[in-house]
Amino acid sequence: MLTALTRQFRIWLFRPGIERGAITLTQRRIFILPTRKGIGFVFVLLLMLLGDINYNLSLGYALTFLLGTLALLTMLYAFRNMAQLEIRAGRADAVFAGDKAQFVFCFHNGSSLPRYRLNLRGEDGRSIAFDVPAREGVEVKLPVPATRRGWLESGRLTLFTEFPLGLFYAWSYLQFDTRCLVYPKPAAPLPLPASLSPDGAGSSIVAGDEDFFGLRGYVDGDAQQRIAWKALAREQGLQVKQFSAQRGRKLDLDWALLPVMGAERKLGILARWVLDADTQALHYGLRLPGTELPPGRGAGHRAECLRALALFGPDEKKP
Amino acid sequence: MSRPTAQDAGIIGSPQLVYGLAACILLVGAPHAGHLLPWVSALCAVLLGWRAYLAYSGIALPPRWLLLAITLGGAAGILISFRTLFGREAGVTLLVLLAALKLLELRSARDATLLIYLACFILVTHFFYSQSIPTALFMLAVLPVIVATWLHLQNGALPFERRLRMAAALLLQAIPLTLVLFVLFPRVPGPLWGLPQDAYASSGLDDKMSPGSLSRLSLSDAVAFRVTFGGIPPRREQMYWRGPVLWEFDGRTWTPGKKGRARPPQLDNLGNPTDYTVTLEPHNKFWLFALEMPAQLSVPSDLTHDFQLHHKSAVNARLRYGARSHLGYRANVVEDPRQLQRALSIPGNLNSRARQLAAEWRANLSGEEAVVRAALAYFNREKFQYTLEPPLLGTNSVDDFLFETRQGFCEHYASSFVFLMRAAGVPARVVTGYQGGELNDLGGYFIIRQSDAHAWAEVWLLGRGWVRVDPTAAIAPARVQSGLAASLPGSTALPFFERNPAPWLRDLRFNLDALANRWNQWVLGYDTERQFAFLTRMGLEAATWQKMALNMLGGVALLIALAALLLLRRLYTRNTDPAQRLYLRFCRKLARGGIARAEHEGAQDFAVRASRMKPQSAEAIADITSRYLALRYGSRVESGALPAMRRAVAAFKV
Repeated sequence: MLTALTRQFRIWLFRPGIERGAITLTQRRIFILPTRKGIGFVFVLLLMLLGDINYNLSLGYALTFLLGTLALLTMLYAFRNMAQLEIRAGRADAVFAGDKAQFVFCFHNGSSLPRYRLNLRGEDGRSIAFDVPAREGVEVKLPVPATRRGWLESGRLTLFTEFPLGLFYAWSYLQFDTRCLVYPKPAAPLPLPASLSPDGAGSSIVAGDEDFFGLRGYVDGDAQQRIAWKALAREQGLQVKQFSAQRGRKLDLDWALLPVMGAERKLGILARWVLDADTQALHYGLRLPGTELPPGRGAGHRAECLRALALFGPDEKKP
Repeated sequence: MSRPTAQDAGIIGSPQLVYGLAACILLVGAPHAGHLLPWVSALCAVLLGWRAYLAYSGIALPPRWLLLAITLGGAAGILISFRTLFGREAGVTLLVLLAALKLLELRSARDATLLIYLACFILVTHFFYSQSIPTALFMLAVLPVIVATWLHLQNGALPFERRLRMAAALLLQAIPLTLVLFVLFPRVPGPLWGLPQDAYASSGLDDKMSPGSLSRLSLSDAVAFRVTFGGIPPRREQMYWRGPVLWEFDGRTWTPGKKGRARPPQLDNLGNPTDYTVTLEPHNKFWLFALEMPAQLSVPSDLTHDFQLHHKSAVNARLRYGARSHLGYRANVVEDPRQLQRALSIPGNLNSRARQLAAEWRANLSGEEAVVRAALAYFNREKFQYTLEPPLLGTNSVDDFLFETRQGFCEHYASSFVFLMRAAGVPARVVTGYQGGELNDLGGYFIIRQSDAHAWAEVWLLGRGWVRVDPTAAIAPARVQSGLAASLPGSTALPFFERNPAPWLRDLRFNLDALANRWNQWVLGYDTERQFAFLTRMGLEAATWQKMALNMLGGVALLIALAALLLLRRLYTRNTDPAQRLYLRFCRKLARGGIARAEHEGAQDFAVRASRMKPQSAEAIADITSRYLALRYGSRVESGALPAMRRAVAAFKV
């Protein structure tokens, strides 16, 4: 009975629910409670007051009241430090399971007050601190460990501050509809399947390096030899050289070709193969039970294959 | 809720924080150096220096066992020095030492917070020793540093100067509410529990008098009490502030002695009453001072058989009381024979020459009054000197003084005079207290200092009761008429201000004392009585505890609401563009005329619609809109465009 009531009260108070778009921190969304340090300070003040009364110290009264008022004011400061902030969820780039998803949130401060020492805490309890200057916006990246493939929700985040003196803890819950795609964790390096499609011209996999074909963005798993160091030196970011040698060769990455093993392991191996095939700029297709991706190449194709692997399974919802 | 994070570790490691905390401890500890044991001060200084060096050089903190050893050693040292770890002196010493040691054990944000709290607490302990205006100013100067360091714990990235400004702003914003709490917080009279004896300083008059005890006091220009007269103040030579009355003499020292049975005090033939208010500095004794002879007092007190006023408890806080005295009186015309017997006793076989002199007077003169006059004439005729530095006296102190040295201060004269009277069979006793007072014409009150301490005599005459006789007046009339400085030779070491300094110095001193008096009356002496009086005067009649508590809560709520408004105002002031503000004003005018701009409506669309609805104002609407668009979106803004728009908007009427 009481637990049910508490639950109801919490639902009414915190209004859990996923939100889209921008959230403005209004009075209704900000909660404040004293911290343990704050309660300790009240204890110190009471001790002082007792001394003042006992020894009749007029100035002691003045100092005690001054400190007490100061403490009370910091509650307003804590509220003010968060109020009227505008928060938007940004795009989160896909990651591999085992890595950390970087959720991006944009905090915009339209007021003329700088905001100090805000903390954004994920569901795993880890938090990062940042400031938002007056009339400016700040992008905050919250790393969230991606443990399982599929969609990773940002979860219920806590934005909190103890500014200025740590006596009060002001917080607000943020739950955005933003999510991050988590690819299966690629298995350990493993040779690519030898079975090339029937129309494949070559019979072996050659790390072609004859014809330079172009550059593409670096993705996790790319061979180090293919990193375009010159491009990096030109500050064009980490890029990988692509070669056209394997043009025309086709590789079928087929679920059915793998021996009997756990579905997750299979997905891991397939992910590894997709990465390797992409690194070697092969023409490859992916065949999963119920899904078939025609052979292709390039970053787009790679992403599509990995996405199919990430979302594979009956219980995974399709976008 | 406050779980330690990686940032905490970074902040704790920063030398800046350590310097800040060390500065806090130094600032709150240094003024204590005067009361601390020298070795504790030195140890604390060494510890602070050591910690600062460790922070500067990045060396690791000392191991725990070493700190523990220092702590235990320090505590043992304090225990040995004070024989206790409690009480004011030992407690303060321990607190300061612990604060310095804690700094060497700074490992988490919690330790730092604890140090901040400790610094606040040590700050309060200063008020045990002094609550003067400089102490208050010092407190106000130290607080921003403490709060700035506190801010560091939350945001170490801010530079110190910025934090100091934030701290000052926080403190300034806290002051109004502090004042309300100070005025309205119900004051509880009296201590909550028994206080250790060392809780209060004591200085001033004692109830023992021996050669040298008053002259020592005369070197202090500390204030004993201040007096405001209701009507015209009496003349200076009438201002005898009665304190302890001394009956018993052991040949050297006068003491009150055992009183025995006595009649209640009786005053007859009273002159006109004089009303006045005394603000007595705490002296940790029971007696109160009043003009001779007191008849009424506003605080509960006893008037003893020898006209001393005794407060119900030792005066260990500044005490204010109203009093009524009669300068003309007859005191105890009928006196208990036992008391008269006491007033005649002298220690046997000492001071034989004085006895002989008294016996001669008694034999040759008729009547007691003649004996009194003879004694005064003797002091006047022989070459007696009034001095602060009398030569030492031997066992027969009265004889030595009367016949050999002939140099003394008021206690010598009072003592030997009473001795002579008793030897001649005239009942007499010594009265101590203060004589005179200095008018502070800026504040309109008299200051009575320790240097005004005085001793005189009373003799009991048949039909007249106890009569005051001041033998000092016979030798140095100026002492009674114009003060100590006038009656002493120029080379005597007196408090600087007891001499007559330059007029501007005197004014400055009076100004400062008037300020201190106001401070004492209103800030330090703000007690239950004054609180009720003040609130009644503010129109809160018949103030009761309940009403006061309600007032306080109301006042606090009101001020918090005000503070919230002021603090949160800046959150919502977004439209800082003056052109937009003017345009919004223009829109409000139109809205009052029934044309409200929709949220999505652009300025131009709105102008078109408004002109259609109010064709007579179309020109003005178009004018203001074009000005607004030019100001807000135009590439080049002409000077004077903004005032022109302001005029246009002001002139605009729907």
